[in-house]
Amino acid sequence: MATLHYQQQNYLCQKDETVLDTLLNKNVDIAYGCRQGVCQSCMLRSIETPPAEAQVGLKENQKQQNYFLACRCKPESDLHIEPIKQSEFVHEVEVLAKRQLNHDTLLLRLSHSDDFHFKAGQFINLKTPDNIVRSYSISNPPNKNNQIDLHIRVLKNGRFSTWVHQDLKIGDKIPMSAALGDCFYTNDKPEQNLLLVGTGSGLAPLYGILQDALAQQHQGKIHLFHGSRNAEDLYLMDEIKQLVTQYDTLNYSPCLSGYYTDEHVNSYCKGRVHDVALSTYTDLNNWRVYLCGHPEMVKQMQTQVFLKGADMDDIFMDAFHLSSNLIENAS
Amino acid sequence: MSDSLYEKLGGSTAVASAVNIFYRKVLQDDSIKHFFDTTDMSKQMAKQKAFLTMAFGGSGHYTGKDMREAHAPLVAKGLKEAHFTAVAGHLQATLEEMGVAADLVAEVMAIAGSTHDDVLGL
Repeated sequence: MATLHYQQQNYLCQKDETVLDTLLNKNVDIAYGCRQGVCQSCMLRSIETPPAEAQVGLKENQKQQNYFLACRCKPESDLHIEPIKQSEFVHEVEVLAKRQLNHDTLLLRLSHSDDFHFKAGQFINLKTPDNIVRSYSISNPPNKNNQIDLHIRVLKNGRFSTWVHQDLKIGDKIPMSAALGDCFYTNDKPEQNLLLVGTGSGLAPLYGILQDALAQQHQGKIHLFHGSRNAEDLYLMDEIKQLVTQYDTLNYSPCLSGYYTDEHVNSYCKGRVHDVALSTYTDLNNWRVYLCGHPEMVKQMQTQVFLKGADMDDIFMDAFHLSSNLIENAS
Repeated sequence: MSDSLYEKLGGSTAVASAVNIFYRKVLQDDSIKHFFDTTDMSKQMAKQKAFLTMAFGGSGHYTGKDMREAHAPLVAKGLKEAHFTAVAGHLQATLEEMGVAADLVAEVMAIAGSTHDDVLGL
């Protein structure tokens, strides 16, 4: 018999009873569907490692975050359970630095408390004093200084990015959510080749994943393709080229889809980033792929890299939907 | 459990690679790929893995009613006999490509065939 801790309440889970049974019997409002481990509607996460049979069918990255299916979970010991979508603003971060990465993208460096845990490539939600909420990806692995870096594209009429650009000062505090999403590096297959494809500030999660993979001594090849319209839209080129000189396994292809002349030939690939990446590799069997940025690019590439041999469970995506980044919080 | 079709086919690893090979065939077939235009393929494949695990006797169970409801929106979009035959053909080709023994392929195809009326809403 195990005790379930869920949203400040304790529930006794009887022998042979699933977590879903227990919560439903106690009239807890929880989403579920097939009760057969198929539909994944009842996915929750726990602080402790859940039983293996409750994770059958989940992706490796979901397993590592202790996600499990409530309808397949018969716990043998106590579990602290929480919903997957932890969008509440449970953390507070302090602004450490702000600097331009290029003409329209800012690096925002924040300091977080010890109880914030994340992996490079996951995203967080931030909230302005006017309750405007935006999602940004973390572009660095955890470090001992408790810092996270975000790449913020300053959009015309973008209320959040204008606030960051104009009003936010060093030392200011911002409410922040837990780290979310499954677009991050895991070292369970160190020999796998990694394909990283991003547009614009989609570089943020990829730059984090890249550094994480290198720090964890990833053995396979790593190839980063970063695309933009014009040369001045790309950024962090020197830093990435520096990494390329340090690591034999790393390749970097900056791509320009717009203005391109003879002077660009030595430094840039010509064309849209996903076209360049796809024409570089014909067989992606056993590759792991990370796709970040423009939603159209991400969706198209998912199908294309799958058809070229990458397993669906090895494709990780972070589509930067303007609409989903424009979550207004009225409260 | 040890002699279920699921175990004979090679368990979760085999089912996972079968699903990948199978959908690669489906998404390249011009006669059926449009049914998946707006589908989240990652979720679709996770569900298919869990479904095949059940259908092959790995764990859980499903009913004809589930099959009927799941495919009703596709029937509304024009899902017909020819599409069913094409999909079944890709499943068979997938298993053969993986080197699954002929008697096991026949067993899988019999299970697939048994869903015919529910899938097409007949």
